[in-house]
Order: sequence, then C-alpha cells, then structure tokens
Amino acid sequence: MKPKPEPVEDLSEWSSVITAQQGWFDFRFKEIWGARDLIKLLVLRDFTASCKQTILGPFWFFVPPIFTALVYMIAFGRIAKVTTPGTAQYLFYFAGVILWSYFSASLVRTSSTFNTNKELFGKVYFPRLVMPISVLITNLINFAFQFALFAILFVPAWYFGAPAHPNWRIVVLPVLIFQMAALGFGAGCIASALTTRYRDMALAVTFGTQLMMFVSCVVTPLEKVPPDYRWLFILNPMVPIIESFRYAFLGTGVIQLWQLVLSFCMSMVILVVGLIMFTRVQRTVMDTA
Amino acid sequence: MSTVLKVENVSKRYQLGEINRRMLYEELQSRWARWRGKPDPNAPVTGDALDANDKDHLWAVRNVSFDVQHGDVLGVIGHNGSGKSTLLKILSQITAPTSGRVLIKGKVASLLEVGTGFHLELTGRDNVFLNGTFLGMTHREVARQFDEIVAFSGVEDFIDTPVKRYSSGMRVRLAFAVAAHLEAQILIIDEVLAVGDAAFQQKCIGKMSEVAQGGRTVLFVSHNAAAVENLCTRGVVMNKGELVFSGTQTEAIAYYSASTAIKTKCLRDRDDRSGSGEVRIVAMELRDPSGRLRHNVNAGDDIDLWLYFENNGKRAFPRLNVKLNVTTHLGAPVFTQSNLLAGESFRELPSKGAFVCRIPRLPLPAAVYRISYIVNSEYRRGEKIDAISNALELPVENGKFFPSGEVPAIQAGVCLVPAEWRMESAPMPVQLTAAGVP
Repeated sequence: MKPKPEPVEDLSEWSSVITAQQGWFDFRFKEIWGARDLIKLLVLRDFTASCKQTILGPFWFFVPPIFTALVYMIAFGRIAKVTTPGTAQYLFYFAGVILWSYFSASLVRTSSTFNTNKELFGKVYFPRLVMPISVLITNLINFAFQFALFAILFVPAWYFGAPAHPNWRIVVLPVLIFQMAALGFGAGCIASALTTRYRDMALAVTFGTQLMMFVSCVVTPLEKVPPDYRWLFILNPMVPIIESFRYAFLGTGVIQLWQLVLSFCMSMVILVVGLIMFTRVQRTVMDTA
Repeated sequence: MSTVLKVENVSKRYQLGEINRRMLYEELQSRWARWRGKPDPNAPVTGDALDANDKDHLWAVRNVSFDVQHGDVLGVIGHNGSGKSTLLKILSQITAPTSGRVLIKGKVASLLEVGTGFHLELTGRDNVFLNGTFLGMTHREVARQFDEIVAFSGVEDFIDTPVKRYSSGMRVRLAFAVAAHLEAQILIIDEVLAVGDAAFQQKCIGKMSEVAQGGRTVLFVSHNAAAVENLCTRGVVMNKGELVFSGTQTEAIAYYSASTAIKTKCLRDRDDRSGSGEVRIVAMELRDPSGRLRHNVNAGDDIDLWLYFENNGKRAFPRLNVKLNVTTHLGAPVFTQSNLLAGESFRELPSKGAFVCRIPRLPLPAAVYRISYIVNSEYRRGEKIDAISNALELPVENGKFFPSGEVPAIQAGVCLVPAEWRMESAPMPVQLTAAGVP
C-alpha cells in the first residue's frame, strides 16, 4: 500500500495538515515558536519543583560543582598527582566540571524524553521538541549560575596574581556555549530516539557518559595525553570545547583553531542528525512506548 | 458553512504480537538489505507484510474519510475496539497515520484525559497555567480566563495549595475546568464526562452543550448514546476500524443500536459440535411470548427459546430428547430442562422446524448465562445426535420477579425462588418449653 503520487494542490487554506509521511528536515520550528509559553512554563516548573521541600533550595545549583571539583582536586591533583601546568588547580578542575556537568545533564535528561513523558505524550499533542528544548534552557540557566560562581572564583585569583591568564580568546565563549548546547541537545535527541526502540540504550547512555568524562579532559589536560593518542581525544567534540574554554580563561593548553572548527562541525552534524531522528521517532513512538 | 476538518482515506496499522523483538544487529542487517534493494533476510517467510490478511498486523482504522463543517458537533460512536480512539489519536496528532491525510482549519485542542500534565509539587494556580498551556493555550489566554476556571472548579480556597494535597475529586474538577475553557476552534473530546460526582457531571454536560452551542466545532467520542443524542448534531458510526455510517446523530444512534443487537444466533458454521448429526440445531433465538426477538431478557419475564433444526430423515427418533443446560459464565450448572422431562415427546420430525421451550417467569438473577444443548435419541442412555456447548448467551437483566421489584445479586444465589411469607401467633415448640425457657 504505497502512497499514490498526488497532484500538487494548494493547501494554504488549511492551517495544519496531518500526513503519513513527513519530510526529513520538516522540524516545524514555527509550531515550536508558537509553544514558547509552554517552554517558559516547563523551565519554571523545573526550577520551582526542584526547590520545593529541600534544605538548601537554590544552593543546589552550586553544591555539586564545588564538591565535584574539590574531590577531583584531591583525588587526581593530590593523590594521583596529575599536574596542571601553569594554572591554579581549582580553576582548572572547576572549569572542566561545570562544562562537563552541563553536557552530561543535558544528554542524560534529554535521552529519557520519551520514557519520562509517556503518559503526557499519549494524551495530548504539542510539539515534542518542546521537551528537549526546555531541558536545554533549564540546563543553560543552571550553567549560567555555575559560570557566575566560576567568575567569582576567577576574578580575585587573577587579580591577586594567581597563575591564570585570560586573553582575547575569551571572545569565542559564546561560540563554545552554543556548541556545547547543540552537542548536548543533539546527542540527547539521538539517544532518546534510540531508547524508544532499545531499552538498554538508557543504561548505555548513563554509563557511557560517566566513562566518557575520563576521555574528555575534565580531569587531565590534553597536554598530558601522549601525542600518539591525542587525535583520538580530538575526535571527542567535548575536548576542544573544554580545552578552548581553559585556554581562553587560564591561558594554557595545546588546543588549535582547526581542532575547534572540526569539533564545531561535528557538533552541528550531531545536532541535525538528532533533530531528524527525534522528529521521525516522535510520530509513531506512542504506538510502541 | 465551511469545512474545517477533512479526513481523507486515513488508515492506521498496528503490529500485533511482540514488538521490537529484534536486536539492533538484525535491524541494521534488514535496513542494509532493503537499501541495496535485496530481500530482507529477517523478513517473515509469509510474504508481504502489508497484506490485508496479514495476521501480524491489525488495521485499527481503515480508509476512513469524512468532512466536518464549521459548527458541527459530531458524535463518533462505536464499540470498544472499533477504532474510534485510534482515530482520535490521529486527529489530535498523538500518533501519525499509516496512510491518508487530515486537513485542519484552525486550532485543535484535544481532551483525551483530564489532568494531563499535572505536576503534584506545584500549586493549583501553577497547574492551571501549566495544564492550559499543555492543551495549547497561551499564557495570556489562561490568565484572562483564570478566575472563571477557578470558579468553575470550585476549589478557590485551595488554589495556592500544592496539588498533591488535593483529593482526587478536586484534581479532576480543576482539570476539567481548565479543559472546559479551552479556546480552540475545534475541540476533540473523548469520554471524559464520566468524572466527578453526579452534580459535577451535570455541570460538565451543561458546559459541554454551552460550548457546542457557541459555534465551535466539536468531535465527541462516546458509547453513551444519551450523551451523543443530547450534545451532537451529527453522528458517525465506526465498526472494526471502518466508518460504516454517517448522518444525523439520531440516525447514527439508531444504526448503532440496530447493529449491536445480533438477535438470531446462527449455529450452522459451528465446528465444535458433536453427535451423529441426523438432526442438527442450526440456529437459536430468544423471543418474548408475543413472538418478538429479544437480545436480552429481564428476570421474571416469560421467555421462549427457539431451536431451529434440520432433519435429514435418515432415521426416525420416536423418543427424541432435546436438553438444555444453563450455566453461569463460569460454567457452574444452574438448571437443566428437556422436552421429555417436561412430558412432551416429538414423534414425527419434519425436515425443518423449530423446538420451542417456554420458560415462564424466568427465575434467574441478573448475569450473563450460557446455554448448551444436547439432542439425544432417548432420555437415558440415548445416543448423542447433536450437541454444542455454550451455543447461546443469555443476558438477563433485573426485572420484576418478586412483588417488591428487587432482584438479589447472583452472589446471593444462582436462582430466584418464589415464596409466600406470613406471620402467626403460636405457642413455642415443645422442645423449648421442656428445656425450661419461659
């Protein structure tokens, strides 16, 4: 029962058309724009709901990165004696941790989009991309708080002459943030599309992100990676992001422009593939979820 | 009048059985093969998967087409599993059709469940906004109607309390209030009216007819004929995934109720019969004493059970015994009856005819019973000529068996026994007085 080729007709008088097939790049951004109030509310809901009935409330934005960075400093810096040449260790780890925690939170939460919203998706229609987008925004706001904390730590250290050398490369910061957001979103969308078909993907995603941290230069500078393996690290798009961020603020590192460009292109491909897979899966996912 | 919703040849196919039993490797293998134009190595050997007779797939909706005009209130009726809910899911874009398309003019809001997206940690106020936005309203639209929504729900005093502390009734009322104030040109509603207490249901139906009269287009899916009759102006009937009738709501209900009552039970094609087969029962019917066909009966009714037979005439049966066994749906025997038991013998059998068993004042509580029959050549030790177990279902509803009009439930006993009660003033039995009781 293949669809018969239909003569081209004017459908402009109809406000929406539901068809069996949908174009590969038909992401319906207009519809998503129309649902911006919903995105706003979902982001707000995440914040208010996560602060209710807690002791520390909004301070939870700061507690995890601080303690994670501390633990890394002790475990890797003091005990394993990983050196971070030319920079203050706490700034090095803190920078890595906030970038990485953005990526991993974004990936893990987006990957479970269909499973956690099964009930909702089965009962009401709204552009499904609203869900990962609201995750992206929530995490970006989270990141903004953590970045502010980084700045608070950074400025006095720099002022009092700690080994940190911010330079003109800070201008790439917006690009880095955009790229990081695109990467987390795209990878999350791919994972969410796969988890609807293969349940073990959910486990693989959580487990994989944990492992991937160790090859993303969060705890070791790229400099310390033997040159023979460096190209492998460069293929991980998070490495140039983290390394460039450190290079811009701390002034040390071995990252090169072409590596950043490569990782940018990879992030864009992952973003588009993620969008395609997500929009294709969302159309029939409720039949099997 | 303009068409606001146009459904064109919409079909939806579901896969039956185990979905996703395949692993990623096989999936990739199949895709790779298809991509190169080679046959799928993992395809089932039965052939074309899109074949209509395919046992692995079910067409939940098949080639459905209809138009809805602006201002119509269309009732979609059908049995469970007729495909009406699937159709609704396609129209509200929860799932995509397998083929065909739908054209829509205006904003659609679908209400397949009340309280979708309630977040328990948030207050009633926050949830009104969240729920309204999920259903397609903008923040401003919700804000404008907020007071009205809260007033309708009747939970004003708790609007700033987290929803997790609400009773389930309060949640439902708040949710329906939001849904009832949706500002959409086309409203798709599944049977959500069955919520809340009777007073609130009344309020809901009132609100629904207000919406319906307000010139908006409504699709209402239900098997509640009374609600469809009252609310709708048009009706379509679905059966086994296909649209079988379209017309006014009254016509549609008439069509639906006519199609539900399959009154004559044809037994000709039953292959689970046993016996030598010279005389065969080919159909069974339930009639009232005036001869009208019945689908169900009431306790206390006089009923006639018609058993149509065919006789091939190869043998004569002077002592033919036609026996009925009535059981509950769990198979517990309730009673048995036969013509010889009742003192009636059928000596000469024509080639076609019917045995009729009259049961006066049916003494059964409300339930669905099953009737099996056995035709024997004699009352005892006879040869079995024809028999089918569970040949006919006998749905019995409450009726006026007892003078009070009450009928005890089947749990209290599988049969109703008529009795007469009286009171007498009498001395105590001897045994009691002998034991010293005054």
